[in-house]
Amino acid sequence: MNKLDNSQVIESLQRKFGDHIHQITEPKGLLTVHTDRGHIIEVLQFIKEDERLQFIYLTDITAVHYPGSELEFMIVYHVHSLVHNVRIRIKVPLSKMDLVIPTATVLWNGANWMERETYDFYGVNFEGHPDLRRILNMDEMEVFPMRKEYPLEDPNRVDKKDLYFGR
Amino acid sequence: MSKSISKISHNSPVLEDNDPQDDLITLNLGPTHPATHGVFQNVLQIDGERIVSGVSTIGYIHRAFEKIAEHRPFYQITPLTDRLNYCSSPINNMGWYLTVEKLLDIEIPKRVQYMRVIVMELARIADHIICNGILGVDTGAFSGFLYVMQEREFIYEIYEEICGARLTTNIGRVGGFERDFNESAFAKIREFLVRFPPVLREFQELFDRNRIFIERTSNVAAVTAEEALNYSWSGPILRATGVDYDVRAHSPYSSYEEFDFDVPVGTNGDVYDRFSVRNEEMWQSLRIIEQALEKIDKEPTGVFHADVPDFYLPPKEDVYTSMEALIYHFKIVMGEWDAPKDEVYQAVEGANGELGFYLIHDGGRTPYRLHFRRPSFINYQMFAPMSSGMLISDAIINMSSLNIIAGELDA
Repeated sequence: MNKLDNSQVIESLQRKFGDHIHQITEPKGLLTVHTDRGHIIEVLQFIKEDERLQFIYLTDITAVHYPGSELEFMIVYHVHSLVHNVRIRIKVPLSKMDLVIPTATVLWNGANWMERETYDFYGVNFEGHPDLRRILNMDEMEVFPMRKEYPLEDPNRVDKKDLYFGR
Repeated sequence: MSKSISKISHNSPVLEDNDPQDDLITLNLGPTHPATHGVFQNVLQIDGERIVSGVSTIGYIHRAFEKIAEHRPFYQITPLTDRLNYCSSPINNMGWYLTVEKLLDIEIPKRVQYMRVIVMELARIADHIICNGILGVDTGAFSGFLYVMQEREFIYEIYEEICGARLTTNIGRVGGFERDFNESAFAKIREFLVRFPPVLREFQELFDRNRIFIERTSNVAAVTAEEALNYSWSGPILRATGVDYDVRAHSPYSSYEEFDFDVPVGTNGDVYDRFSVRNEEMWQSLRIIEQALEKIDKEPTGVFHADVPDFYLPPKEDVYTSMEALIYHFKIVMGEWDAPKDEVYQAVEGANGELGFYLIHDGGRTPYRLHFRRPSFINYQMFAPMSSGMLISDAIINMSSLNIIAGELDA
């Protein structure tokens, strides 16, 4: 079997999904594509089940918060094709007002805790998740602590202003 | 908080989704049960000795490392990575440096790469020693654990020679090491290569043909390769199911491609296979260390870091006497790095599996986002589902063979 490389992955993704795959970049050689909420499960299912691609291993799911931009949250999936040893990073931007994305647990059981962790820290609602509740933080917590607006330390302290530490 | 997000209550000690049978007992295994070797809680529904269902509650030692990392300059993040898998902290440290070096495109001298390989393999041995030793303890054989523990102590002495610390080592720097390995460190590594094989052989002989041990472990918690991949398992427990995925061989870092080593795989994916895979990995680690020492001898001596004054702290003597050194020192300590805006994913083969670092840098003094892909966290989620139908004593040895480290689980 021929070795798979990034250009072939891009080609088969574009043939299948057209404009729904965009912003294709390769930072440090790792293929990164953007897609949207409506297509993420289809894309994941396609790359997982396609005989040529075989991205069968879900490495990680996490989120990033970009306050100030129109779509504040970015959900990031890392998927790995063990056969070809090619990784792909798929990003889905979401707006703060509508922080819902379909769950990937329909494809991988391993997505369960990764999504719970993402919910716990960013408040992303994974629609259809079997057991979406906090995992590392305590249940009584009312905020989603990894969002940028939550300070690391008690904001009422006067002796440690972030400004003086360049943070 | 937007209204669309509903708060879901959980963590109730009574399981609601179970049949209300009178003879089921709810058992709280943990959070501080001695048999779980760490702070985990499992709420089990048991029917006599048999587990009907279970729910894991984790997060007891959650320390918000990802949040803290967003507020720290790059060289202050190793104390955090140290405390992920504290049984093999050098691997975590090296993984973080490799991530930063990938971001900065720093070329590391070969000698330093080999030195890193030695440290990482020693850490892997130290970690597997504990896991397999504890597995012995949980099956009722205490003495094997004590034999190998002495060798872990010796590995810690080597760490001490290299960096001065023992458990949370904070070893190395971005670009290399903080100092060269001294003569005594090399002597101790060579001594370790001589004294460890007989101990490991003795340890192995105590267990791998031992009828009690085999009957307690074989076919216990057997997992197929499909299930393991479905749950994103990695590391020795994945290899025990027969999948030969090892980051060192798949995506070599730190010159692993130059080393000659095997990736042991199991067949059943049961506890006995995990034990055997870990044992064999220790032999392979010894092979790698031996080769690394040979390779170091061929490299020019005295090289212990890359020549990157922008990112590598200058020697303290120079800071007091030389202007450039003072400037670099100030810039590095204040986090004034000219690092490119980019995102990096770097994985290393931790003792428990693929330890990934996902770093987004926006040009500031601290990482914009740093996410740890922690193997223990991802491996552990199968524990509760796979425990259903198991005996309690089997679930305990299953847990110790998964080698879940609380620090890595909770970050």
